[in-house]
Amino acid sequence: MKGKWSVLPVIGLFLAALVLGGCGQGLSGAITVGGSTTVQPLAAKWAEAFEANNPEVEITVQGGGSSAGVKGCAQGTFDIGAASRELKASETSDYPDLVVTHVAADGVAIVINPSNNIISDLTLEEIKGIFATGSNDTWTVINREEGSGTREVFEKKVMAGMEVASNSEFLPSNGAVKQKVAATANAIGYISLGYVDSSVKALNIDGVACNEANCVDGSYPVTRYLNFITKGEPEGLGKEFIDFCLSQEGQELAVEEGYISVK
Amino acid sequence: MSRYFIDRISRHIVSIFGIIAFLILVLIFIFILKESLPALQGIGIGDILFGSKWYPSHEAFGILTMLAGSVVATLLALVISVPLALGCAVFLAEVAPPRVRQITRPAVELLVGIPSVVYGLVGMIILCPLIARLSGTGSGSSVLAAAVVLAIMALPTISSISEDSLHAVPAQYREGALALGATRWQTIHHVLLPSARRGITAAIVLGTGRAIGETMAMVMVIGNSPIFPTNIFAPARTLTGNIAVEIASATGMHESVLFVTGLVLFILVMLINSIGLIAYRRQAS
Repeated sequence: MKGKWSVLPVIGLFLAALVLGGCGQGLSGAITVGGSTTVQPLAAKWAEAFEANNPEVEITVQGGGSSAGVKGCAQGTFDIGAASRELKASETSDYPDLVVTHVAADGVAIVINPSNNIISDLTLEEIKGIFATGSNDTWTVINREEGSGTREVFEKKVMAGMEVASNSEFLPSNGAVKQKVAATANAIGYISLGYVDSSVKALNIDGVACNEANCVDGSYPVTRYLNFITKGEPEGLGKEFIDFCLSQEGQELAVEEGYISVK
Repeated sequence: MSRYFIDRISRHIVSIFGIIAFLILVLIFIFILKESLPALQGIGIGDILFGSKWYPSHEAFGILTMLAGSVVATLLALVISVPLALGCAVFLAEVAPPRVRQITRPAVELLVGIPSVVYGLVGMIILCPLIARLSGTGSGSSVLAAAVVLAIMALPTISSISEDSLHAVPAQYREGALALGATRWQTIHHVLLPSARRGITAAIVLGTGRAIGETMAMVMVIGNSPIFPTNIFAPARTLTGNIAVEIASATGMHESVLFVTGLVLFILVMLINSIGLIAYRRQAS
């Protein structure tokens, strides 16, 4: 009998904790973040840290591409859409209530195979020429698919209105481009700075290295914001999460992952 | 009394299931057609089907290169796959000792069960670098890589249906030929294969349907370049790959054209499979 009653205070404490937790600091619930494959690894890091601070919260991070992020957010599939580009005019007119928050910035690195030790520096014009010509005996050109946020930035800042050649390869994610460039001796492609590691070599553009400092001061030309998109101003758990991403801890995580702080 | 009642009820229930399966097909077709309409009206089927430039952000929506890509990759796959599959079928049906057949037959059939992304992975990691070394340039993403992967994927379909139709040849034919002094190979070549002709045709056509609809493995090994497949060592793009690579990023007219791509594929596969089934039924009857 005694043993049975001694459990009561424990239950009481547990209930009290639950009630206090419910109205106090402890957040709970689940949200889904999805879209850009550029933002995906960073969002996953943020989610992991946020979940560690708030054990009752579950954040699911998905890929799919920037456009899928915008569409998914507008249609309610994602609580937060991730896009590595700004909204297009067609998107703002279709979904006028979307709100964009810059959560980090990113450089787009022009990458080649590390075995290519002749070239480490190209001019913007040379890169433009290579991508406008497409694959030949000198280069195997790896592009991203139509609608990719990374490709859009690349087309705007490097191609400046010129078309990328059809006879280059088109792969559907940063990871796929990196894998192909790493496996092909004469390949050239472009990926988010956050994906760059020793398996590929990032080129200098006009002598400027693709690194955080050069992206921040604007001397490296191919940069963009990474965005979280919400339907209306962020609120509830979504707002807490975005605030965390923008906090010092969140931005330090972004820098650790190879992205650039917006603070 | 209740026995007949249950009998009648269950007949109705299974008919409903049968109709549902058919309705799903119709609904998918209607859905694809509906999503295709903006592009069919805005751009026109002619410009989509016979346009050779694909650059949606610059209003170029031609899918002829991918139609060619799908057809060439599939035909090349058949060139590789058909002799292999027929040899395999003859081996399993006529030559292999029972013990060997017991192991080989399930192994060939298991090939069907391997997810296509696994074929793609093997193609990407092993086949593409091999082809790159062979051709001396590029990354190995090519029509040839696609065809080899498709050939392996179509192999079990072609081989098992061909084997079935070889088994279906009446035993008297085989006995008659052997009794007339024909060797085993003469029997296979002059009697069995011609008798199983229709079933083998059906097998090849169904294998074609399987190959032309394959997506994931294609995206991984063919390079997805919207150009005509004029060189087997160069990349190309298939209709399936066009949808898979771009649908997540597509909006507006671009999205609608991808549905047209799906519509073309749908009709193509229906046509091929119908031909295959008709040939198969003729053999059976």
